[in-house]
Order: sequence, then structure tokens, then C-alpha cells
Amino acid sequence: MKELVVISGKGGTGKTSVTAAFAALAQNAVLADCDVDAADLHLVLEPRIMETQDFVGGKRARINAAACDGCGTCLEVCRFDAVTRTQGADAEGPFRIDAIACEGCGVCAAFCPRRAIAFEDCVNGRWFVSKTRFGPMVHAELGIAEENSGKLVSLIRREARRIGESQGKDLLIVDGSPGIGCPVIASITGADAVLIVTEPTLSGRHDLGRVAQLAANLRAPAMVCINKADLNPEIARDIERDAQKRGIAVAGRIRYTDAFTKAQMKKRSIVECDDGPAAEDTRNLWSKVNDGF
Amino acid sequence: MKIAIASGKGGTGKTTFATNLAYVLAEAGRRVQYVDCDVEEPNGHIFLRPEILRTTPATVATPEVDAAKCTGCNACGRICQYSAIVALKGAALTFEQLCHSCGGCVRVCPVGAITEKPKVIGHVEEGIARGVTFLQGRLEIGDVRSPALIKQVKARIEAGVATIVDAPPGTTCPVVETVRDADFVVLVTEPTPFGLHDLKLAVAMVRHLGKTFSVVINRSGAGDDGVKRFCRDEGITITMELADDRRIAEAYSSGRMAAEALPEYRRCFEEAARALGIL
Repeated sequence: MKELVVISGKGGTGKTSVTAAFAALAQNAVLADCDVDAADLHLVLEPRIMETQDFVGGKRARINAAACDGCGTCLEVCRFDAVTRTQGADAEGPFRIDAIACEGCGVCAAFCPRRAIAFEDCVNGRWFVSKTRFGPMVHAELGIAEENSGKLVSLIRREARRIGESQGKDLLIVDGSPGIGCPVIASITGADAVLIVTEPTLSGRHDLGRVAQLAANLRAPAMVCINKADLNPEIARDIERDAQKRGIAVAGRIRYTDAFTKAQMKKRSIVECDDGPAAEDTRNLWSKVNDGF
Repeated sequence: MKIAIASGKGGTGKTTFATNLAYVLAEAGRRVQYVDCDVEEPNGHIFLRPEILRTTPATVATPEVDAAKCTGCNACGRICQYSAIVALKGAALTFEQLCHSCGGCVRVCPVGAITEKPKVIGHVEEGIARGVTFLQGRLEIGDVRSPALIKQVKARIEAGVATIVDAPPGTTCPVVETVRDADFVVLVTEPTPFGLHDLKLAVAMVRHLGKTFSVVINRSGAGDDGVKRFCRDEGITITMELADDRRIAEAYSSGRMAAEALPEYRRCFEEAARALGIL
């Protein structure tokens, strides 16, 4: 089974819309939404959830106020400003841990002389195995203001791969996240192909440069697609030249219309409900990408 | 007054709103600083075109093991929650990229074999852009420690000046780090099902952090009225609506701000600045 990951560098260039269209066009694929910060693929694919599991990404410290004698060791060892007095800065009394600031390093718990700090598994979110009209899908919901998104991405990819292999699928399509940080690194490491969806804007070009460099560093073979290509044809050409210099194939251009927005409102991928220019471009893009590996 | 501009969904117009806001304030003769905390993909510089006057490397402390002293007891490996250090056979090995710089290994080592050395994770750049004080972080490609870099960017914010902080997309650690000490948060969205879905996540996040906030709708008129209905039902103020106008997108594509390239939009941003109490 091959794995294709769709990313973008800059946000809002059309990753999820393109992924949804690929899901519709691919035969025999398994799908994964690894944009766990702001997952949207389910809004188009309308998955029927078959299985739900907790995601335990790490641990978190919690001070047992009754056992705390206020010695201040935790305050001294914490590097993340997560420890505060319960009764104002100067008052004597027990300490508490700010769950949002806590990085889950456990140093406070290890060094507390009263053993007053519990260091427990923390549920950071949930993940799902679902059925969609285009095949199985693995996706997740990270808790509010939670962390460990990189770990969750790795878990979703692993599960999607396992399901795909057990069902004899020949392709795994992954919807990635914007940026170049841990969720992106976790989603493209070891992938067979990466499609970078960009747009012909100076921001799109700038961000493409950084994410393409990341893909090269991680030895993930990349392709580029320019969405809204006619918005600024000059920058679209600059992007193609950049791609050429980096040895990245330009897999397609998609014309700027409102068809993607309209499809999204119908909860359909563009190729299911439209046969205009953008849908045609997306079909061509898919055959190029599919031929590419 | 420190206002963070965040979004949930990427590409909704955070940087458009943030840079235009900074621009109209500076044009009105106000002191203003623009701070780009989207350190993975900073874009504000494309529009404000600052002259960078100072570049400072941002570093975090990572462990270094003195193999001559290390007994291979693996106390460091046991305390480390991130698999960033481990002693299997012989002296401990480190995996710098996984390190969160908690200092646990240094503290726990019984023979003092571990010290910390600075590791560059990115740069903080300071400059000036047509009257706007400019500050941004730029993460090294391949590094994952954006929250640590964001912290160091924020440490250089000048207090007492109107401050516009451009946040990264999403709702997890880098955004929380950016938003947690803001006085007010503006959530930029677009009137589509994706925009609405991610706005709800962002609203839950800012409420969880106890922040006051409002919403800006970009590409207004492009989709449906779901975002407006949600804001009305939840009692959320809509600070501004920016029309779905191809000319704004075209100006944006070549690095021009709407308030600069299209005079009729300048007033919208001035009104937004007034609504936010900074003009």
C-alpha cells in the first residue's frame, strides 16, 4: 500500500478540498485526517463512526493540596511557569499546577520531597475508525487547548495503515496540517509521496519554500499543485520555476472559481457535484498524481 | 493593550487583518507594534516590508553527556518523558529534537555527567516598517519547538504600546502559547462550513483560557450565514466583515494590504481599530 500526504505550508490553500476530491476519485483507498488541530475532512466525507478510542498523549502533574507542605521545590524545578501558590504570590500555603502551562515533564513529581504530586496519564483527545462513502477513514478530535498533536498524527497514520493493509487497500490518502511543525513532520515522515497545495501569492510562495525544504530534509518525495492559479499568473510561474529548481514536479493547476466553496456547502467533494473548470483541473491533477507513483 | 489575532482554520485572513490594523494605526500617528508569532510560516513581513535592525538567535537548553563520567545508570532515561535521552549500553545518548528542555536529566543524574548547552531553534527579528515596530520569530526548518520560540518572541514585546499579535493557525500548543497572555483575542473566520467548524474550536479554546474575544468575518458573502447565526446565538460580537472581493485577493497575492491598495477598505480597518479601542 502506498501513502500520499496532502500538505500546504500556508493554511487555507485547499488541502482538505483536494483530499476530499482524491477520496472520491481514488478506487480502493483508505483515508486519514491528520490535521488534528482543526480537522475538517469529516464535514465532506460524513463518516459513520464505528469505533471510538481515547488518545493518551502524555502525563500531567497534579498537586494533592492535603499532602503539600508548601516547601516550594516544585516551583523551583519547573521550567514552564506552571506552578503557582494557591493563595497569591506571597502567601504561605499549598501550590497548584496550571494544567495549560504544564508540559508533562514530571520533574516536579520526581523531586517533591513529600511525594505530594500525582503524575498521571492524560487523555488529550479521541480518535475514530469510521466508514465513509469512499472507504474507511481514521480521524481524531484533540481536546480543547491540548497538546501532543504529533503523537496523535503518528497514531492515526499507523491505524489507517493497519486497516488499509488488512482490507487490501492499495492507497492511503492523508490530509495533513498547515505549517512546518510537529504535526507536519509526523505526517510526512516515511510517506511515499507528498502533494503540496499552494496558491499564487507571495505568502503561498514563501511558505511553499519552507515546507518543500522540510520535505526534502525528511526525504519525502514532493509534488506541487497551484490552486487559484489564475489569481496571479506571474507568481504562479515563479512558483513553477521554484519547484523546477528544487526538482519538484508540478502536478497541476486549478483555476480560481467559487466551485470549491459551493461543493463544501453541499457537503460534497468538487468532483461529485460540479463539472466546471476547477473540477476538470482537479480530475487532471488526480490522474497526474496517481501516475506519479 | 495586547490583541492576539487567531483563527482555528488556516488561511482565513489573520495576517490580512493584523497587518492592515497595524498599518492604519501607524498611518493615524499611533505607536503600534506588530508581532508575528506564526513562527512556522511567518508572513507579516511580506506586507509590512520591515527593515530588520536586529536578529537574535533563539536557543533552548539541551543536554550534553560527559561520557567519561556517565555510569550508564539510565536515571536520565527514566525521568525523561520525551524519549530524548536514554542509556542502553554504556553512556547515555541524546535525541535533541525530542527534548523539551525540562532539565530533569541534569537534576537527576547522580554523578553530574549531564550539562546543558544552548541549541538554536530559530531567530527573533526586530525592525521597523513604516512607523510600525516589527517583531517576528522564524523557526528553523525541521525544528518542532515553536512554543519555546514564541515565548522568546513575546519576551521582546514592549509594554504599554498597542500590540497586534499574529497567531499561528490551529488550537493547540503554539496557539495557546501565543494567546494565553493577550488582553483580547480576535478570531478571524470565513463564512463556510470549514470556517464555522474551526471557529467553534477556536471559541472553545479562548473560553477555556478565559479570554474576551470577538470575531472578524473575512470573504463575507462568499458562503452561507452559518457563522453569523452562530455568533448571534452565542452573543459574540462581530468586529468587522471584509467583503469577498477578488481585488483584495489580488492585492494580497502581490503583497499589498487592502487598506493601502484599495482606499475604500481603509475605513473598515479604522472602524475595526476603533471598535477594539485602540484608535
